[in-house]
Amino acid sequence: MSADTPLSKERPNPAVDGSELIRFDRVVKRFGANTVLDELDFSVASGKHVTLIGPSGSGKTTILRLLMTLIKPDEGTIKVGGAYLTHEEKNGRLVPAGEKHVREVRKNIGMVFQQFNLFPNMKVLRNITEAPVTVLGLPKDEAEQRARDLLDLVGLGDKCDAYPTQLSGGQQQRVAIARALAMRPQVLLLDEVTSALDPELVAGVLDVLRDIAHTTDITMLCVTHEMNFARDISDQVLMFDAGRVIESGPPEKIFSDPEHERTREFLSAVL
Amino acid sequence: MTAGLWEHWVLPGIWITVQLTLYSAALATAVAFGVGMARTHRSRLVRFFAAFYTEVFRGTSALVLMFWIFFVLPQLAGWALVPMWAAVLALGLSYGAYGAEVVRGALNAVAPAQREAGVALSFTPWQRMRLILLPQAVPEMIPSFCNLLVELLKGTALVSLLGIGDVSFAAYLVRLATTESAQIYSITLIIYFVLAFLLTRGMKVLERRAKAGIGQFPEPLSTGGWLRFRRSDAKSPELSSTGVTGGGASR
Repeated sequence: MSADTPLSKERPNPAVDGSELIRFDRVVKRFGANTVLDELDFSVASGKHVTLIGPSGSGKTTILRLLMTLIKPDEGTIKVGGAYLTHEEKNGRLVPAGEKHVREVRKNIGMVFQQFNLFPNMKVLRNITEAPVTVLGLPKDEAEQRARDLLDLVGLGDKCDAYPTQLSGGQQQRVAIARALAMRPQVLLLDEVTSALDPELVAGVLDVLRDIAHTTDITMLCVTHEMNFARDISDQVLMFDAGRVIESGPPEKIFSDPEHERTREFLSAVL
Repeated sequence: MTAGLWEHWVLPGIWITVQLTLYSAALATAVAFGVGMARTHRSRLVRFFAAFYTEVFRGTSALVLMFWIFFVLPQLAGWALVPMWAAVLALGLSYGAYGAEVVRGALNAVAPAQREAGVALSFTPWQRMRLILLPQAVPEMIPSFCNLLVELLKGTALVSLLGIGDVSFAAYLVRLATTESAQIYSITLIIYFVLAFLLTRGMKVLERRAKAGIGQFPEPLSTGGWLRFRRSDAKSPELSSTGVTGGGASR
């Protein structure tokens, strides 16, 4: 092991002090006639772990996909670390951002998908090293060391030379977590990361995420149906319904004493 | 058939057919990847020109195109290609158009989630193409490319109409010399069959290698038993001996 722990920050993180890292400002997203996000405003402070809950179709995953720039907002703006994500300022006016600007801001964000989405054409080690080498310009041996450390962290130190198809779903998801962390993002987006797993594999993945949540200052935005996990790791829980945040607060409050009727209904259905 | 005809016409003819096939295939492959990738480009203009190319060259006869390049182009351009290169150009451009559709189809068949994973890791569009999409799409292209390659091999017979001494032209000359149509044309059929068979076996090996490169391990290639019926290469995720257990050795 190098002195460098797998998760230490390469760049000084300017905002572990709880200042605002993510800001949604009147964001509207429609799919056809269906308005998924309706003038959504919310912000996430740096280093916080925020869980989004709510009935399916309430826009939780859409928020993560907007942050990852997989889709574009119809109206409103999103800022990450003080920089506009999908817009650029030119001559004092906001214009839609070019691919290059988006890529630069996006480097601060990592995402773990429901279906893992490992690259089947690369062995496990290269799945993790490819982006740090190609995108961040990290020397290959350094990237490999970082990848091996991360694989040890997720308990898969012996799987460097396996292809993704040779791993179980739970193992693939843990590799996907390592892959996202290898980019040392400020923000980690977790999109229902255990929903596609067999029940007996869920615990292993959640343990890894708990570990990361408790030992790092990475900001997490998490969509999940695992309420116990949400209670464990969250600093803040946002309850969504029909494209709006209808209630937010610390997990103890939301899970034991929700104020909103819709929250009570939702929690009694899933708990 | 007399030995002289065999040595002076048929053997060189086979060599010319092989050369034509290889050169045309090389050009067609380049065209197929260029145009096929352009058809998945973000820019509508790029997609339009790529689609235009495909429609034009797929819709025109390779034979007429070859005549056009050989007879008309010199009048327009003021220079002429030797028959061999005119033929390679015509065959490469038109089979490239078919190949472009294969490339486009295979690229579109890669799961959209793979592109999203590439975006999430901040790869540029070209890096996504080179590192993620193409390596997964190429193994899927090979069976269709194999078909096209055999079509191309047989398509090279068109060049005999330009007077190029390929196998078909040699057969024609031998028939004129000996008047034994049955013999020479039967032999020619067999020559094409053997060439095509070699090509398909070669492509099969390529396909296996390519699939192993993306973590798919079909049953090992049986040696010698090529006429035996084998199960088609199902994409079973079954683990081969090269798999999981060996993984720890590198640590």
